Amino acid sequence: MRWLTRRSRVPPVLRLSLAVILAAASIVGLAAPPSQGQTSPTNPNGGAAHEFNPPTKSPEAPAPGDPTKSFPDSPGLRALGYTLYQGTCASCHGIALQGTPGVAPSLRRVGPGPVDFYLSTGRMPLDQPKSQPLRNPPLFNRAKIYALIAYISAFGGPRAPTADPAKGDLTYGFHQFTLNCAGCHQIVARGGITVNAQVPDLEQANPQEIAEAVRMGPYLMPHFDAKQINQHALDSIVRYVLWTRSPINAGGWGIYNIGPIPEGIVAWFIGLAALVIVARLIGERMDERT
Amino acid sequence: MNLIDRYAQRRFLRASRAAEQRVGLAGGIKWALRYVFPDHWSFLLGEIALYSFIVLVGTGIFLTLYYIPSDSLVIYHGSYPLLQGEQMSEAYRSVLNLSLSVPAGLLFRQVHHWAANVFIASIVLHLVRIFFTGAYRKPRDFNYFIGLTMLMLAILEGFAGYSLADDLLSGMGLAIAYSVAMSIPFVGAQLASLVWGGPFPGNSTFWPRLEIVHVLLIPAALAVLITLHLAMIMRQHHSQFPGPGRRERNVVGTPMWPAYALRSIGLLLAVAGVLFLLGGLVQINPIWQWGPFHPYLSENGAQPDWYIGWLIGALRLMPNWELVIAGRTVIPNPFWGGAAFPLFVFTVMFFWPALERRVTGDIRRHDLLERPRDRPMRTAVGAAFLSWVVIVFAVGSTDRIFYRLGVSYTTQIHVWRAGIWVLPLVVFFVTLSACRSLQRSGSHPLRAWQGNVVRRSADGRLEVLSDSPDRVVPPATEPPVGTVPGREFES
Repeated sequence: MRWLTRRSRVPPVLRLSLAVILAAASIVGLAAPPSQGQTSPTNPNGGAAHEFNPPTKSPEAPAPGDPTKSFPDSPGLRALGYTLYQGTCASCHGIALQGTPGVAPSLRRVGPGPVDFYLSTGRMPLDQPKSQPLRNPPLFNRAKIYALIAYISAFGGPRAPTADPAKGDLTYGFHQFTLNCAGCHQIVARGGITVNAQVPDLEQANPQEIAEAVRMGPYLMPHFDAKQINQHALDSIVRYVLWTRSPINAGGWGIYNIGPIPEGIVAWFIGLAALVIVARLIGERMDERT
Repeated sequence: MNLIDRYAQRRFLRASRAAEQRVGLAGGIKWALRYVFPDHWSFLLGEIALYSFIVLVGTGIFLTLYYIPSDSLVIYHGSYPLLQGEQMSEAYRSVLNLSLSVPAGLLFRQVHHWAANVFIASIVLHLVRIFFTGAYRKPRDFNYFIGLTMLMLAILEGFAGYSLADDLLSGMGLAIAYSVAMSIPFVGAQLASLVWGGPFPGNSTFWPRLEIVHVLLIPAALAVLITLHLAMIMRQHHSQFPGPGRRERNVVGTPMWPAYALRSIGLLLAVAGVLFLLGGLVQINPIWQWGPFHPYLSENGAQPDWYIGWLIGALRLMPNWELVIAGRTVIPNPFWGGAAFPLFVFTVMFFWPALERRVTGDIRRHDLLERPRDRPMRTAVGAAFLSWVVIVFAVGSTDRIFYRLGVSYTTQIHVWRAGIWVLPLVVFFVTLSACRSLQRSGSHPLRAWQGNVVRRSADGRLEVLSDSPDRVVPPATEPPVGTVPGREFES
């Protein structure tokens, strides 16, 4: 216990100030979303995750008349896609896209949307088949992603949805987001958790990815068809999600817009800490009275 | 006596004479102005709470002018673009308008909310100081009970205020509170019905009731208890740390006038300053971003204000035990974490003075405080108990830790179900050992190193006389051998 009784050379006021700075840093640490490129831990879901299989869903097709996203297609692209697929994807999804029961879903008739989503957000390929796919720097460049899209789309499936935030309505988007998304993604899209899975924040999701995710329902997310969320609602939700990156923080520093946890840290380690420093400065210490 | 002192004295005499001629209070005023405050910075922690309360009352009065306690549904057409045409309760709309349209409304609301968070935090810190210095011992145990009662009321008051806004976040909080109320054995359903006026979310009588509790009943109770608390301190006098000339039954320190009152006013201004800075610069509870509450809505990561966090942690940590007799659930699960746990913590704190008297057999009156190290067993038990509660509190943020660090929620819960018993034990033994080590060394853990005192001998060698200037051994005499430095108090 000598380290406890040794006299420190740092003056107390400086130490308290250091505590304040550390507190501010901890707000940033605890409240900030995980940075892009953070690799998923080998098993982010803990012990029980290995018994857990997300349901296999087929993506919803855009309603007739809704805008869709086209991707380049050519025999050359498909040939390159075939090579990439057999090298990187086939060990789990099967050499003929048939999937492996209990490990990876079939990729027949998924269409271009999911392929674009999983590859451009770096969620695939996954090093541990049963861990949760999380956003990572993409492994493939754009041309290679197009090649894989061209190859896998050749096995059928709906066209990829798309969204245009300019056609959306912000107020309606907030309403729809509250109804359909906030229960998991948090009301200002800062992410959260569900049973055994992290729910990503949407700070880096672009409109195309959001549209694909809504129609497909990656991992545990439910998928929404055009009756549940029509194209106008989709455009509006995307517009709201883009707005959440700089929401109206009328009250000052927004401390990440997730509510009471950072607020409590500020109250204790900035508000009360500052007042304790004041008390220590104006109140006397015993060693001053000799 | 310098000029200012003489001037102050003249003013003082004139004021007391004027009062004497009219209401005959000169004796009391003289007594109050000569009240002696012992000097130690940690005695100011309670004053931080007192001045936060004053800020709370001041800002709260402003807020009541604009708040409408009504759950009738209205359509929003105010200045916030994202909620145009949205259906919401009149209560939520009034807080929205207060925040975004009333001049300085948001400032006052944010100052009020920050003040509430700091108020309860400073009470807790004050309680920690009281406990670890033994200030709750007879004859101050009665005042300690008043303090604990005020802490309970303050937590209830904070939760009521947080709930009044009727936004998405507070609505989810009320839903949890309703479930906890329902879980109280035998009387829960009746109690919940009584408070909410029917099943959740309650009928329209709930909101005026909640408002009256928040703006009148609890604040009035707090004001009465604060007055009692201060009157008891004045009557019994402050306790003080031991030191030269300080004995039981005397107080060495600074008189109220002219010295201590100015210092205390300075602290009042500092509290108001810090709270208004926070309220003006750091956003708290942006209800326009949360949106209105409807029972069919929820959001992820909803959390209560920090002082309710320990109850959320307890709800999460508690295994899914329920008491079922003959197919009927007598004690539903939320009761353990939401009601039994805080009840247990406060019961332990209320009974601690009596318990200590029973164990130590010390039933004498105590006016001198003890340093934490002087009572290693009390300090160690207190630290272990505190760490036990703090762990439960920290479990309240397991969701955010899962999200941020990737440690699964269930793993965390399982680890803490064991850790909640292991870690306090570790804290207990570390504290015990640290106290004994501090007793031996006599040093102060929070005081800066002030240099060594050295003496240079005739042949140029340097010899360390003391490791600190305030404990210089006079060079003429040799350092005493065989004394225990920790036993003599530093002054």
